[in-house]
Amino acid sequence: MRSTFANAMVAKPLNRALALLMLLGAALPVAAQTVVDDAWVRATVPHQASTGAFMKVTASSDSTLLRVESPAAKTVQIHQSQMKNDVMSMQPVSSIALPAGKTVMLEPASYHVMLIDLVKQVKEGDEVPLTLVVEDAKGQQERINVVAPARALNMPDHDHMPDHAHMSGHMHME
Amino acid sequence: MTDLLTRRQVVAGISLLGLGALVGCDSSGSLSFKHGKDMSNQILGRSFKLKDPQGNEITLSSFRGSMPMVFFGFTQCPAVCPTTLARAVQIKKLMGKDADFLQVIFITLDPERDTPEVLDAYVKAFDPSFVALSGTLEETAQTAKEFGVFYEKIPSGDTYTLSHTATSYVYDSRGVLRLGLSHSLSAKECAEDLLTVMEVC
Repeated sequence: MRSTFANAMVAKPLNRALALLMLLGAALPVAAQTVVDDAWVRATVPHQASTGAFMKVTASSDSTLLRVESPAAKTVQIHQSQMKNDVMSMQPVSSIALPAGKTVMLEPASYHVMLIDLVKQVKEGDEVPLTLVVEDAKGQQERINVVAPARALNMPDHDHMPDHAHMSGHMHME
Repeated sequence: MTDLLTRRQVVAGISLLGLGALVGCDSSGSLSFKHGKDMSNQILGRSFKLKDPQGNEITLSSFRGSMPMVFFGFTQCPAVCPTTLARAVQIKKLMGKDADFLQVIFITLDPERDTPEVLDAYVKAFDPSFVALSGTLEETAQTAKEFGVFYEKIPSGDTYTLSHTATSYVYDSRGVLRLGLSHSLSAKECAEDLLTVMEVC
Protein backbone atom coordinates (compact mmCIF):
# COMPACT_ATOMS: atom_id res chain seq x y z
CA MET A 1 0.00 0.00 0.00
CA ARG A 2 2.69 2.48 1.06
CA SER A 3 4.80 2.07 -2.01
CA THR A 4 1.81 2.29 -4.28
CA PHE A 5 0.81 5.50 -2.61
CA ALA A 6 4.32 6.84 -2.98
CA ASN A 7 4.24 6.10 -6.70
CA ALA A 8 1.08 7.93 -6.99
CA MET A 9 2.36 11.02 -5.34
CA VAL A 10 3.74 11.89 -8.76
CA ALA A 11 1.38 14.46 -10.20
CA LYS A 12 -0.59 13.55 -13.32
CA PRO A 13 1.29 15.77 -15.78
CA LEU A 14 4.50 14.03 -14.75
CA ASN A 15 3.24 10.60 -15.77
CA ARG A 16 4.43 10.95 -19.32
CA ALA A 17 7.79 12.33 -18.26
CA LEU A 18 8.14 9.53 -15.77
CA ALA A 19 7.32 6.97 -18.41
CA LEU A 20 9.94 8.49 -20.66
CA LEU A 21 12.51 8.41 -17.89
CA MET A 22 11.67 4.80 -17.26
CA LEU A 23 12.14 4.07 -20.96
CA LEU A 24 15.51 5.80 -21.01
CA GLY A 25 16.59 4.25 -17.77
CA ALA A 26 15.73 0.72 -18.72
CA ALA A 27 18.91 -1.16 -19.53
CA LEU A 28 17.06 -4.02 -21.18
CA PRO A 29 15.01 -3.50 -24.32
CA VAL A 30 11.45 -3.07 -23.16
CA ALA A 31 8.77 -4.64 -25.27
CA ALA A 32 5.97 -2.23 -24.53
CA GLN A 33 5.19 0.78 -22.43
CA THR A 34 1.74 1.91 -21.49
CA VAL A 35 1.06 5.41 -20.25
CA VAL A 36 -1.91 6.30 -18.11
CA ASP A 37 -3.05 9.93 -17.91
CA ASP A 38 -5.71 11.87 -16.03
CA ALA A 39 -6.91 8.98 -13.89
CA TRP A 40 -9.75 9.85 -11.53
CA VAL A 41 -12.42 8.16 -9.45
CA ARG A 42 -15.88 9.51 -8.73
CA ALA A 43 -16.38 10.14 -5.02
CA THR A 44 -19.26 8.38 -3.25
CA VAL A 45 -21.72 9.01 -0.43
CA PRO A 46 -21.56 6.83 2.72
CA HIS A 47 -22.62 3.20 2.12
CA GLN A 48 -22.70 3.60 -1.65
CA ALA A 49 -21.32 0.22 -2.74
CA SER A 50 -19.57 1.04 -5.98
CA THR A 51 -18.21 3.76 -8.21
CA GLY A 52 -16.36 4.29 -11.48
CA ALA A 53 -12.72 5.01 -12.33
CA PHE A 54 -11.75 6.84 -15.49
CA MET A 55 -8.47 7.57 -17.33
CA LYS A 56 -6.68 7.80 -20.66
CA VAL A 57 -4.54 4.82 -21.62
CA THR A 58 -1.94 4.84 -24.40
CA ALA A 59 0.13 1.76 -25.25
CA SER A 60 3.32 2.05 -27.33
CA SER A 61 2.61 -1.21 -29.17
CA ASP A 62 -0.60 -3.12 -29.84
CA SER A 63 -1.64 -4.35 -26.42
CA THR A 64 -4.62 -5.42 -24.36
CA LEU A 65 -5.79 -4.14 -21.00
CA LEU A 66 -6.49 -7.43 -19.24
CA ARG A 67 -7.67 -6.22 -15.88
CA VAL A 68 -7.45 -3.53 -13.25
CA GLU A 69 -6.72 -4.19 -9.59
CA SER A 70 -7.34 -1.97 -6.59
CA PRO A 71 -7.23 -2.35 -2.81
CA ALA A 72 -10.14 0.12 -2.66
CA ALA A 73 -12.74 -2.46 -3.73
CA LYS A 74 -13.39 -6.16 -3.36
CA THR A 75 -14.22 -6.51 -7.05
CA VAL A 76 -12.85 -4.54 -9.97
CA GLN A 77 -14.39 -4.97 -13.40
CA ILE A 78 -14.12 -3.33 -16.80
CA HIS A 79 -17.49 -2.20 -18.16
CA GLN A 80 -18.67 -0.54 -21.30
CA SER A 81 -21.52 1.97 -21.50
CA GLN A 82 -23.32 2.65 -24.72
CA MET A 83 -26.06 5.14 -25.41
CA LYS A 84 -28.69 4.17 -27.93
CA ASN A 85 -32.13 5.80 -28.27
CA ASP A 86 -31.50 7.53 -24.94
CA VAL A 87 -31.06 4.18 -23.22
CA MET A 88 -27.72 3.81 -21.44
CA SER A 89 -26.70 0.19 -21.56
CA MET A 90 -23.94 -1.34 -19.49
CA GLN A 91 -22.05 -4.53 -19.89
CA PRO A 92 -18.92 -6.09 -18.47
CA VAL A 93 -16.14 -6.71 -20.99
CA SER A 94 -13.27 -9.15 -20.61
CA SER A 95 -10.58 -6.77 -21.87
CA ILE A 96 -9.94 -3.60 -23.87
CA ALA A 97 -7.82 -3.41 -27.01
CA LEU A 98 -5.07 -0.77 -26.84
CA PRO A 99 -3.92 -0.09 -30.42
CA ALA A 100 -0.33 1.17 -30.67
CA GLY A 101 -0.02 4.88 -30.05
CA LYS A 102 -3.75 5.44 -29.79
CA THR A 103 -5.19 6.99 -26.65
CA VAL A 104 -8.12 4.94 -25.40
CA MET A 105 -10.50 6.92 -23.20
CA LEU A 106 -11.87 5.19 -20.16
CA GLU A 107 -14.74 7.51 -19.33
CA PRO A 108 -18.35 7.50 -18.15
CA ALA A 109 -19.91 7.16 -21.60
CA SER A 110 -17.57 4.45 -22.84
CA TYR A 111 -15.24 1.88 -21.30
CA HIS A 112 -14.68 2.45 -17.62
CA VAL A 113 -13.44 0.66 -14.55
CA MET A 114 -16.02 -0.30 -11.92
CA LEU A 115 -14.91 -0.48 -8.30
CA ILE A 116 -17.52 -2.77 -6.76
CA ASP A 117 -18.05 -3.42 -3.04
CA LEU A 118 -15.91 -0.53 -1.93
CA VAL A 119 -13.85 -1.12 1.20
CA LYS A 120 -14.82 2.33 2.42
CA GLN A 121 -16.42 5.54 1.24
CA VAL A 122 -14.40 7.35 -1.44
CA LYS A 123 -14.24 11.00 -0.45
CA GLU A 124 -13.39 13.90 -2.68
CA GLY A 125 -9.60 14.30 -2.70
CA ASP A 126 -8.88 10.70 -1.66
CA GLU A 127 -6.15 9.00 -3.65
CA VAL A 128 -7.24 5.62 -4.96
CA PRO A 129 -4.47 3.21 -6.02
CA LEU A 130 -5.13 1.32 -9.26
CA THR A 131 -2.96 -1.24 -11.04
CA LEU A 132 -3.50 -1.84 -14.74
CA VAL A 133 -2.37 -5.20 -16.11
CA VAL A 134 -1.51 -4.83 -19.80
CA GLU A 135 -0.33 -7.54 -22.16
CA ASP A 136 1.45 -6.81 -25.43
CA ALA A 137 1.19 -8.83 -28.67
CA LYS A 138 4.07 -11.07 -27.59
CA GLY A 139 2.28 -12.03 -24.42
CA GLN A 140 4.50 -9.95 -22.14
CA GLN A 141 2.65 -8.41 -19.25
CA GLU A 142 3.34 -5.12 -17.55
CA ARG A 143 1.76 -3.67 -14.44
CA ILE A 144 1.14 0.05 -14.30
CA ASN A 145 0.50 1.59 -10.90
CA VAL A 146 -1.45 4.83 -10.83
CA VAL A 147 -3.15 6.78 -8.12
CA ALA A 148 -6.45 8.26 -9.12
CA PRO A 149 -7.66 11.28 -7.16
CA ALA A 150 -11.35 11.22 -6.23
CA ARG A 151 -13.34 14.00 -7.82
CA ALA A 152 -16.61 15.29 -6.38
CA LEU A 153 -19.65 13.13 -7.01
CA ASN A 154 -21.47 16.11 -8.48
CA MET A 155 -18.69 17.13 -10.85
CA PRO A 156 -20.36 18.17 -14.09
CA ASP A 157 -18.61 16.39 -16.95
CA HIS A 158 -21.62 16.01 -19.15
CA ASP A 159 -20.65 18.62 -21.68
CA HIS A 160 -17.52 16.72 -22.58
CA MET A 161 -19.26 13.42 -23.12
CA PRO A 162 -20.54 13.56 -26.71
CA ASP A 163 -17.06 14.16 -28.17
CA HIS A 164 -15.47 11.40 -26.19
CA ALA A 165 -18.30 9.02 -26.90
CA HIS A 166 -17.71 9.67 -30.56
CA MET A 167 -14.00 8.96 -30.26
CA SER A 168 -14.50 5.78 -28.35
CA GLY A 169 -16.76 4.56 -31.10
CA HIS A 170 -13.66 3.70 -33.08
CA MET A 171 -12.25 1.41 -30.42
CA HIS A 172 -12.66 -2.30 -30.60
CA MET A 173 -13.84 -4.67 -27.95
CA GLU A 174 -12.14 -8.01 -27.50
CA MET B 1 -56.32 42.20 13.63
CA THR B 2 -56.02 44.75 10.87
CA ASP B 3 -52.68 43.20 10.02
CA LEU B 4 -54.22 39.77 9.73
CA LEU B 5 -57.01 40.98 7.49
CA THR B 6 -54.58 42.73 5.29
CA ARG B 7 -52.56 39.57 4.98
CA ARG B 8 -55.70 37.61 4.10
CA GLN B 9 -56.58 40.13 1.47
CA VAL B 10 -53.13 39.88 0.04
CA VAL B 11 -53.35 36.09 0.00
CA ALA B 12 -56.74 36.28 -1.71
CA GLY B 13 -55.30 38.65 -4.25
CA ILE B 14 -52.44 36.28 -4.95
CA SER B 15 -54.87 33.40 -5.36
CA LEU B 16 -56.88 35.38 -7.85
CA LEU B 17 -53.74 36.16 -9.75
CA GLY B 18 -52.95 32.47 -9.69
CA LEU B 19 -56.38 31.66 -11.10
CA GLY B 20 -55.80 34.18 -13.83
CA ALA B 21 -52.60 32.42 -14.73
CA LEU B 22 -54.43 29.09 -14.76
CA VAL B 23 -57.03 30.42 -17.14
CA GLY B 24 -54.19 31.37 -19.41
CA CYS B 25 -52.88 27.81 -19.32
CA ASP B 26 -53.05 25.86 -22.49
CA SER B 27 -53.45 22.31 -21.29
CA SER B 28 -54.33 20.61 -24.52
CA GLY B 29 -52.10 22.10 -27.16
CA SER B 30 -48.72 20.79 -28.04
CA LEU B 31 -45.62 22.82 -27.37
CA SER B 32 -42.71 23.49 -29.61
CA PHE B 33 -39.36 22.95 -27.95
CA LYS B 34 -36.03 23.90 -29.42
CA HIS B 35 -34.19 20.84 -28.15
CA GLY B 36 -36.30 18.36 -26.20
CA LYS B 37 -39.25 16.24 -27.23
CA ASP B 38 -42.78 17.55 -26.82
CA MET B 39 -44.71 15.00 -24.77
CA SER B 40 -47.84 17.10 -24.21
CA ASN B 41 -50.01 14.49 -25.88
CA GLN B 42 -48.74 11.61 -23.81
CA ILE B 43 -50.10 10.55 -20.47
CA LEU B 44 -47.31 9.11 -18.40
CA GLY B 45 -46.57 8.86 -14.72
CA ARG B 46 -50.01 9.91 -13.55
CA SER B 47 -50.58 7.23 -10.96
CA PHE B 48 -47.25 6.23 -9.47
CA LYS B 49 -47.08 5.97 -5.70
CA LEU B 50 -43.62 5.77 -4.13
CA LYS B 51 -41.91 6.71 -0.89
CA ASP B 52 -39.42 9.45 -0.10
CA PRO B 53 -36.46 8.58 2.15
CA GLN B 54 -38.45 9.72 5.19
CA GLY B 55 -41.14 7.15 4.39
CA ASN B 56 -43.79 9.60 3.17
CA GLU B 57 -46.02 8.40 0.37
CA ILE B 58 -45.44 10.53 -2.72
CA THR B 59 -47.47 10.84 -5.91
CA LEU B 60 -47.20 13.20 -8.85
CA SER B 61 -49.75 15.52 -7.20
CA SER B 62 -47.36 15.94 -4.26
CA PHE B 63 -45.42 18.25 -6.57
CA ARG B 64 -48.35 20.30 -7.83
CA GLY B 65 -47.41 23.95 -8.14
CA SER B 66 -43.82 23.18 -9.06
CA MET B 67 -42.31 21.93 -12.31
CA PRO B 68 -41.28 18.32 -11.61
CA MET B 69 -38.41 16.85 -13.61
CA VAL B 70 -38.30 13.07 -13.14
CA PHE B 71 -35.23 10.96 -13.84
CA PHE B 72 -34.72 7.22 -13.30
CA GLY B 73 -31.42 5.70 -12.24
CA PHE B 74 -29.46 4.00 -9.47
CA THR B 75 -26.68 5.22 -7.21
CA GLN B 76 -24.11 2.65 -8.40
CA CYS B 77 -24.51 4.04 -11.90
CA PRO B 78 -21.12 5.24 -13.15
CA ALA B 79 -22.12 7.53 -15.94
CA VAL B 80 -25.53 8.74 -16.85
CA CYS B 81 -26.97 9.22 -13.35
CA PRO B 82 -24.32 11.49 -11.84
CA THR B 83 -23.98 13.43 -15.09
CA THR B 84 -27.74 13.94 -15.37
CA LEU B 85 -28.01 15.09 -11.76
CA ALA B 86 -24.97 17.35 -12.21
CA ARG B 87 -26.64 18.74 -15.32
CA ALA B 88 -29.77 19.44 -13.26
CA VAL B 89 -27.61 21.47 -10.86
CA GLN B 90 -26.27 23.49 -13.80
CA ILE B 91 -29.80 23.92 -15.18
CA LYS B 92 -30.91 25.40 -11.85
CA LYS B 93 -28.00 27.84 -11.93
CA LEU B 94 -28.92 28.90 -15.47
CA MET B 95 -32.59 29.39 -14.50
CA GLY B 96 -31.67 31.97 -11.87
CA LYS B 97 -34.64 33.04 -9.78
CA ASP B 98 -36.94 30.60 -11.57
CA ALA B 99 -34.84 27.68 -10.34
CA ASP B 100 -36.91 27.22 -7.18
CA PHE B 101 -39.82 26.26 -9.40
CA LEU B 102 -37.99 23.22 -10.77
CA GLN B 103 -38.31 20.09 -8.60
CA VAL B 104 -35.78 17.43 -9.47
CA ILE B 105 -36.99 13.91 -8.67
CA PHE B 106 -34.71 10.87 -8.83
CA ILE B 107 -36.48 7.49 -8.87
CA THR B 108 -34.28 4.48 -8.17
CA LEU B 109 -34.50 1.45 -10.44
CA ASP B 110 -32.42 -0.51 -7.94
CA PRO B 111 -34.44 -0.56 -4.69
CA GLU B 112 -32.65 -3.70 -3.58
CA ARG B 113 -29.37 -1.85 -3.13
CA ASP B 114 -30.45 1.78 -2.89
CA THR B 115 -31.54 2.10 0.71
CA PRO B 116 -33.39 5.31 1.65
CA GLU B 117 -30.27 6.56 3.48
CA VAL B 118 -27.94 6.07 0.49
CA LEU B 119 -30.50 7.54 -1.89
CA ASP B 120 -31.06 10.62 0.23
CA ALA B 121 -27.34 11.27 0.71
CA TYR B 122 -26.76 10.69 -3.00
CA VAL B 123 -29.26 13.21 -4.37
CA LYS B 124 -28.53 15.76 -1.66
CA ALA B 125 -24.83 15.62 -2.56
CA PHE B 126 -25.94 17.30 -5.77
CA ASP B 127 -28.54 19.71 -4.41
CA PRO B 128 -30.35 19.74 -1.06
CA SER B 129 -33.66 20.39 -2.85
CA PHE B 130 -33.50 17.19 -4.94
CA VAL B 131 -35.92 14.44 -3.94
CA ALA B 132 -35.24 10.70 -4.17
CA LEU B 133 -38.09 8.20 -4.43
CA SER B 134 -38.17 4.44 -4.16
CA GLY B 135 -40.63 1.58 -4.01
CA THR B 136 -40.71 -2.16 -3.74
CA LEU B 137 -39.49 -4.17 -6.73
CA GLU B 138 -43.08 -4.43 -7.96
CA GLU B 139 -43.80 -0.73 -7.46
CA THR B 140 -40.55 0.13 -9.24
CA ALA B 141 -41.44 -2.09 -12.20
CA GLN B 142 -44.93 -0.62 -12.32
CA THR B 143 -43.65 2.96 -12.19
CA ALA B 144 -41.07 2.34 -14.92
CA LYS B 145 -43.77 0.77 -17.08
CA GLU B 146 -46.03 3.73 -16.51
CA PHE B 147 -43.30 6.07 -17.76
CA GLY B 148 -42.28 3.80 -20.61
CA VAL B 149 -38.85 3.57 -19.00
CA PHE B 150 -36.78 0.59 -20.06
CA TYR B 151 -34.46 -1.02 -17.53
CA GLU B 152 -32.69 -4.30 -17.33
CA LYS B 153 -30.41 -6.01 -14.83
CA ILE B 154 -27.10 -7.02 -16.39
CA PRO B 155 -25.33 -9.75 -14.43
CA SER B 156 -21.66 -9.05 -13.91
CA GLY B 157 -19.74 -11.65 -11.94
CA ASP B 158 -21.23 -11.87 -8.45
CA THR B 159 -23.00 -8.59 -8.90
CA TYR B 160 -25.07 -6.71 -11.47
CA THR B 161 -25.40 -3.38 -13.17
CA LEU B 162 -28.39 -1.78 -14.87
CA SER B 163 -29.11 -0.56 -18.36
CA HIS B 164 -31.85 2.05 -18.37
CA THR B 165 -33.58 4.92 -20.15
CA ALA B 166 -31.74 8.18 -19.60
CA THR B 167 -34.60 10.60 -20.40
CA SER B 168 -35.72 13.28 -17.95
CA TYR B 169 -39.51 13.82 -17.90
CA VAL B 170 -40.82 17.31 -17.19
CA TYR B 171 -44.36 18.18 -16.01
CA ASP B 172 -46.00 21.57 -15.84
CA SER B 173 -47.27 22.97 -12.56
CA ARG B 174 -50.62 21.20 -12.95
CA GLY B 175 -49.12 17.78 -13.50
CA VAL B 176 -49.42 17.66 -17.28
CA LEU B 177 -46.49 15.91 -18.90
CA ARG B 178 -44.79 18.33 -21.27
CA LEU B 179 -41.20 17.60 -22.13
CA GLY B 180 -38.72 14.77 -22.55
CA LEU B 181 -35.07 15.77 -22.20
CA SER B 182 -32.51 13.44 -23.71
CA HIS B 183 -29.23 12.79 -21.94
CA SER B 184 -27.34 14.27 -24.88
CA LEU B 185 -28.70 17.79 -24.31
CA SER B 186 -26.60 20.39 -22.54
CA ALA B 187 -27.73 22.23 -19.41
CA LYS B 188 -28.28 25.37 -21.48
CA GLU B 189 -30.49 23.56 -24.00
CA CYS B 190 -32.52 22.01 -21.18
CA ALA B 191 -32.91 25.37 -19.41
CA GLU B 192 -34.23 26.97 -22.60
CA ASP B 193 -36.91 24.30 -22.99
CA LEU B 194 -37.82 24.42 -19.31
CA LEU B 195 -38.49 28.14 -19.62
CA THR B 196 -40.88 27.30 -22.47
CA VAL B 197 -42.77 24.94 -20.12
CA MET B 198 -42.90 27.72 -17.53
CA GLU B 199 -44.35 30.20 -20.03
CA VAL B 200 -47.28 27.91 -20.69
CA CYS B 201 -48.05 27.21 -17.06
